[in-house]
This record gives sequence, C-alpha cells and structure tokens, in this order.
Amino acid sequence: MAPDDQTARHPAPDAPSSSEGDFVIRVRGLVTRFGPQVLHDGLDLDVRRGEVLGIVGGSGTGKSVLLKEILGLIHPAAGRVEMLGHDMERLSDSERISVQARTGVLFQDGALFSSMTVAENVMVPLKEHTDLPPQLTSEIARVKIGMAGLPPNAGRKYPSELSGGMRKRAGLARALALDPDILFLDEPTAGLDPIGAAAFDQLIRNLQRSLGLTVCMVTHDLDSLTSICDRIAVLIDKKIRVGTLAELLDDPHPWIHEYFHGPRGRAARRAES
Amino acid sequence: MGRVVLGEAGRMEPQEAWVETDSDGAGALAVVAGGRWDLRGAPRLCDRLEALRPDGAAAAIRIDLSKVDALDTVGAYLLARLADRLKAEGHAVDVTGVRPAHAALFDAVRGTGCAVPVEPERQHLITAMVERTGRATVAMGHGALELVNFLGLMTVAVARLVLHPGRLRAKSVMFHIEQTGLNALPILGLLSFLIGVVLAFQGADQLRRFGAELFVVNLLGVSILREIGILIAAIIVAGRSGSAFTAQIGTMKVNQEVDAIRTLGLDPVELLVLPRALALIISMPLLAFYSNIMGLFGGAVMSWAVLDISFGQFIRQLHGAVTINHFVVGMVKAPVFALVIAMVGCYEGLKVSGSAESVGRLTTKAVVESIFLVIVMDALFSVAFSFFGL
Repeated sequence: MAPDDQTARHPAPDAPSSSEGDFVIRVRGLVTRFGPQVLHDGLDLDVRRGEVLGIVGGSGTGKSVLLKEILGLIHPAAGRVEMLGHDMERLSDSERISVQARTGVLFQDGALFSSMTVAENVMVPLKEHTDLPPQLTSEIARVKIGMAGLPPNAGRKYPSELSGGMRKRAGLARALALDPDILFLDEPTAGLDPIGAAAFDQLIRNLQRSLGLTVCMVTHDLDSLTSICDRIAVLIDKKIRVGTLAELLDDPHPWIHEYFHGPRGRAARRAES
Repeated sequence: MGRVVLGEAGRMEPQEAWVETDSDGAGALAVVAGGRWDLRGAPRLCDRLEALRPDGAAAAIRIDLSKVDALDTVGAYLLARLADRLKAEGHAVDVTGVRPAHAALFDAVRGTGCAVPVEPERQHLITAMVERTGRATVAMGHGALELVNFLGLMTVAVARLVLHPGRLRAKSVMFHIEQTGLNALPILGLLSFLIGVVLAFQGADQLRRFGAELFVVNLLGVSILREIGILIAAIIVAGRSGSAFTAQIGTMKVNQEVDAIRTLGLDPVELLVLPRALALIISMPLLAFYSNIMGLFGGAVMSWAVLDISFGQFIRQLHGAVTINHFVVGMVKAPVFALVIAMVGCYEGLKVSGSAESVGRLTTKAVVESIFLVIVMDALFSVAFSFFGL
C-alpha cells in the first residue's frame, strides 16, 4: 500500500500534531518502577507506520509491562507515550477512547469474554463504537471471523469450546473489529504447535499487508522474529535497542549475541534462509 | 441520478463516501463510488446501497471504484456485498477501477467465503420453548442419575477405606472439620439465637391471647429441636461449605490438579471427596446441637424479657415439654444432610470443565441444589417420622 493511502485510511479525529510523521508510537524517557525495582530507565522507542516490530527480552525485563504502558493500562513512573501523535496522558477521556478505537489488542490467551459467543465477542467493539445496523454488524463480525482464519460456524461457539489456537484467532478477529491502525500482540504464537504458529505468523503478515496495519508484538518465538518482523526491539539493561535482524546479529552485547547466535536462534535463521 | 455526498463536503481531508448511478441509455448502468469508504460512513452507505435496485432485469452493471480514496474492510465488504447481490439478481456485474492498494483488501474480505450472508436458523417460539423444556428435563434426569452414580463411587471408596483404614487422610479430615465446623460457630450461633428470639416473640404474641404465654417454651422446644436448629445449621453449611467444596475442587479441576492426581495413580474421590464428606458428617451433628442450644437460649432471653419467664421456669417447662424423641428426631437428620451437602458440593466441583466461568456457575448450582435437597429430605423425614409415630 502506498503511504498516502495509509494516512488517508483513518484521518485523526482532530488535526494530527507535527510529531506524528512516520511514527505511530513514540515512547520517550519511560521509567517504570515496582517498589525499589526499576524495570525501565529512560527507555525510548519509535514504531514506524506500516512495520511489524517484534519486542524481545529475557523473562522479567518488562516486555508485557511496556506493552501495557503503551496501551495505557499501567501508568509509567515518568516519561511520555505518544500514540498516533497524541500524548496519551494529556488526552481527555473521549479523545483517549477515539485513539483506543484505532488500536487493537490480542492478549496472550485471547482474553475473550467467556459469557459470549465468538461472534458476540467480535461485535462488542462494533456495537460500542459505531452505529451500524444490527444486520451489518453481524455480517462484519462474520467477515472478521473469516479473516482470522476461523470456519464460519465458529462464530456460534463459546470460548470454552475452542482450542487454544482458535481462541487466539477469535481474539485476533475481535482486535481487528474496528479496522485498527495499530495491532498489538502479546506472545501471539505461544502455546501453538509449530505448524499452527507458522500459519498464525503468515496470517498476521497477510493481514498486515492487506489492511495496512502497524503491528507491535511481544514474542519469544524466534521463527516469528525471523520470518515476519521488519525490525526487532530488544529490551536490555532497562532500555531498548532496535534494529533489523541483520543489525542485531552483529551486535556485540553478550545477551543479544547469545539470543540470536544460540542453537535455537541459529536453527530459526537456517530455516528462514 | 445526482451525486449523493454523504456528510459535510468541502473539507480538506478525503471526501466522505459517496455513490452515484449513471445510465447510458443502452441498458448498461454505471455505479460510481468514491470518497472514503470506511467504518465511519458505513451506516449511511448501507442504507444507500440497499436502496440501489436497478430496473431492467439483465442490465449490464459496471461498478467503478476508481474514485475511492480510502478503503477499510467494512467498505470493501459493503462493495463486495453489493456486487454479489446484483449478480444474484441476475445482472452482469463488472467491477473496475480497483486500486492495486485496495485489491489485497478485497481479496482478504472475499477470501473469507463469508461475503454472502447466511441466514441464521430461526425457530418458532413454541417449538423453541418445548425443545428447551425437553432438554432441561432430560438434563435433570441425567443429573439425578449422575448424582446416584457419584454416591456409588463414594460408597466404593468408603469400602476401600474400610479395608485399608491407613489410607484415610486424617489431617485433611481435621482441616475440614475446622473449616466447616469450628469456623462456622460464630455465624451459626448468632443466626440461631436470633431465630430463637423471633420465634419466642411471635409465639408469645399469639399465645398471650389465650393466656397461655408459658406454652411459648413448648413451642420453642419442639420446633427448634425437631426442625429449626438442624435446618438453620444445614442451610448455613450448604452456603458456607458446600459452595467452598465446589469452588476448591473446581479450581483444582481448572488447574488440571485433578488430572494430576489421577495420573499419579491416586483416586480424586478418596483424596478430595471423602475427607470433606467425613468432616462434614462429623461436624454437622455438633453444629446442629450447638444451633439447638443457641436457639433455645435466644428464646429463653426473649421469654425473660417480654414474658417475665425466668430461666429456672424456662428450664422446668422445657423439661416437661420435650422428650428425648424430639431431640433425636432432629439429630438423626444431621449426618444425612451433611452427606447430601458434601456430595452435591464435591460432585459439582468435579464437573467443572475448562473455564473459570464454570466454577462460578457450578458453585451457585451446588448451593441451590443442596439447599433444595436438604429441604426435600427434611419433608421426607417428617413423613417417615409421622408414619412411625415419633
């Protein structure tokens, strides 16, 4: 998709500030503290429009916390998070909701509402944020369910009747309900078999291309990193180091070296090439 | 037909979505769409497209999308649906001017195979009601059967335990006696006391008309010892401990702890159900006795306060009014109720599957079911006792 098409898809609710440019997310000087423990210390991150960014890091380095801070679910101790050119802390409630309507989130196990069917889950954001006629709402829900790679009859099922992989797809359908600009994924392939994981990667890549999404994913899956991520952000020493796979392969930092040159990293790269 | 601009025009951002039709007079019809086809314009576009019904059965229709500036899945779906509908109505449809950037989106929407809406199956109201009643009845029958089956499982486990008494988890039994018995004392005592107070007050009010205030003691003694003491104890225990059993075992089920127990060669009934049932069977008679005493005490306090019946008088009158039969009739029910409550609580807990939501649902069900069964059993006991003249 050409860049002008992407900006035209969803013009900002009000005039975009000058900092939007090519970056849909800008994090500046982020500090996260849990009691005496400092998780992030002056962390900066830029996410470019239309890219797939993978966030990696060791256990307990605060990958999921960073995601939650970008989403506004946790407030950082200091620093600024700008999404689509808006400083999330300074927005009024209604403005924040309109920005949130332009983001979709897939939580680790789908986080589907267990008392609703899959179709009802997908319809929740549509009913909440649009005035579509009911018939069209359910048709759109069906389209999204299909786009997420689920069979049409899955819409009538409850989350408890689905396998883990199907729950993720259903969660993806709900995340895509409002045609978001940015899609956040928290460990999208965790708990999937290799074939299912590869199919899910491909699905995300296809959707990202056809819908012009910006994807920001936390992942441990080296195959996802090598096959679909344009850039990789490594959480290390309480900061972030961003680069393409090729750049990070040459990074001298011992953890990064171990991560990409360890046996699993080598295998994933071999599989890719 | 003129151009229909939807929304305020003249802004610098991409134009609101619009669609216009143009007939060339030779039977062919051009539908031109333009502007921003996305979620925001969809409600209005939807009505507009519905109203688009070309006359002339087999007219060739060209849908021109070259003026579409922006597109999202909703817009793509609406256009795809229009094309499909017109085709289904027997028109020759040709979609032109799709931008390369938008082609992938059309593929994504069409690739789902969902573009043609499938009507959900609808049922007649009465048939649906009959079906639901039928299903509920069958489910209830199955539920009753399974409960009997569960009683059988418990019996087998008890038999094994009798053969190998060393396998009894004494520590677990003691723990549950503390949880279900000792910890229930404050609330049960307070409630029984208050019920005794209320009974004495209401009884005194009625009996005073006949000048028979002293018979309040008889009323209290018989009703509390036979029925009320044990019923209050059973209902409190069902609400406190029956629900706790379901929630505990249900959570273990969700965490696959129960599966782990099975794979370790252990019997969940022996490990989880029997200690709880045994603990409840031991603590329930004690609770019932305690409930009786607190109820009578409450009645005595009230009698003293409003009727000037001293404690000494109360005891003397009570001694004459109740026999050991009344006490036994009440206490005999205690272990039976305990078994019912423990059985239902554990059974529903083991029925939990997968989701955390089912823990909540089945916990509610366990409480309702066990209180229902307790009262039904109480009625059966009454019939049986009156048959035997007790």
